[in-house]
Amino acid sequence: MWRDTVLVAGKDLRIELRSRVVLNQVVPVAVIMLVLFAFALGPDDAPLVQAAPGLFWVAVLFASVLAVQRSVVVESSDGARDGLRLSGLDPAGVFLGKVAAVAVQLVALEVVLSAGVVVLYGAHVRSLGALVVSCLAGTAGLAAAGTLYGALAAGMRARETLLPFLFLPVAAPVLLAGTRAWQVAMGTAAASPGDPWLRLLVVFAVVYLALGVVVFGPLQEAS
Amino acid sequence: MAPAVLLRAAVCVTGRFPALAGVDLTVAQGEVVVLEGPNGAGKTSLLRACAGLLPVSGGEAVVLGCDLRRDRSAVRRRVGMLGHAAALYDDLTVVENVRFAARAARCAPQDAEAALERLELSGRVRRTAVGRLSAGQRRRVALAVLVARRPELWLLDEPHAGLDRATRAILGDLVAEAVTSGATVLMASHEPEESLPLADRAVSLVGGRVIAERAVRTVPTAALTAVGRAGAGGAHVA
Repeated sequence: MWRDTVLVAGKDLRIELRSRVVLNQVVPVAVIMLVLFAFALGPDDAPLVQAAPGLFWVAVLFASVLAVQRSVVVESSDGARDGLRLSGLDPAGVFLGKVAAVAVQLVALEVVLSAGVVVLYGAHVRSLGALVVSCLAGTAGLAAAGTLYGALAAGMRARETLLPFLFLPVAAPVLLAGTRAWQVAMGTAAASPGDPWLRLLVVFAVVYLALGVVVFGPLQEAS
Repeated sequence: MAPAVLLRAAVCVTGRFPALAGVDLTVAQGEVVVLEGPNGAGKTSLLRACAGLLPVSGGEAVVLGCDLRRDRSAVRRRVGMLGHAAALYDDLTVVENVRFAARAARCAPQDAEAALERLELSGRVRRTAVGRLSAGQRRRVALAVLVARRPELWLLDEPHAGLDRATRAILGDLVAEAVTSGATVLMASHEPEESLPLADRAVSLVGGRVIAERAVRTVPTAALTAVGRAGAGGAHVA
């Protein structure tokens, strides 16, 4: 399974390096969202700093829809999905490989957006470690859930519009927990004992990774 | 020796209608069988069912010893299919596509190189993104992917479509070589002048059923290739 994971992740990342869809389209869209939020909330720093964690995760959430859609499209064109099914690759390995590729792209996006939040919103980071850990856990959860719902929507006619409809409500816990974890890391909210929001992010990621490993194969067959 | 393909009253339903409505077909190992019939006869569905891509909902279906009604995925690593779509990644180069397929099928890197060489995909073409190739070249790359995977059962859907004369000749040689190495070939074709010279038997489908079959070659391909292609001059169309 792990061999197949590396193979599929390498293939998807190589495709992204060549096509640069995420770099040239998704990243600019996410940055534009940050800029528009800044316009909407006015020139004062205070409301922007307060809202920065939530705006960051909203931008990541919408960008993750685009990244997952791209991951689905790669397998949908020119019968590639049939090729993947005939390849003999372990479906669990395919799932984890696609999750890894989407996650790597999202992490790169989050680095850019984090810099944008600091520069545009004037936010200060109090705990870089907590910020990074919450980003990694939230990203793993978004990539896993997105890939799973991407596979579910792949066989349907209106998959482009169906994916956000299915995925965004499910990803709400990541938005909530990620925002709370970032508020703590930025010092705009007090830390709770036991880091419950960070735990929620980790549990979400583990649940969707486990679920995807089990059901991705049957979903591929059904689509 | 168990047959490579054994279908008994096999039924496949796509949507509301049966694509295969009780197909009976046995293909021996090392045999080359051509499927004939009008559009919508069920040729592609039959190939997709044998590849484990289409569920068999009725009858009996055993391919390479795998019961397709129990586990379709088991057979997939052992078959190679050239379908209407090339099933390639446009943003990857020719060599990357072929290497990916070979590695996924647990074949050696040398198999990918040999397939590229066999299909005469060398020089600049190797490093060209598949999305920039012509339809015929894409077809040739898809054929290289199939060869690199070294399948036991070749499923070819209109394999001559879009190929130039030189590649058609290579395809003929590849089919003969595959049979020599013990593989079985099942191909759907609308071009009898190209496909029948490669075949041992022709099977006609209409409305998802086999309505007729006839021997095309008096000596099976496997026997002919065993003594060399030079001896194949005795083949004739029945």
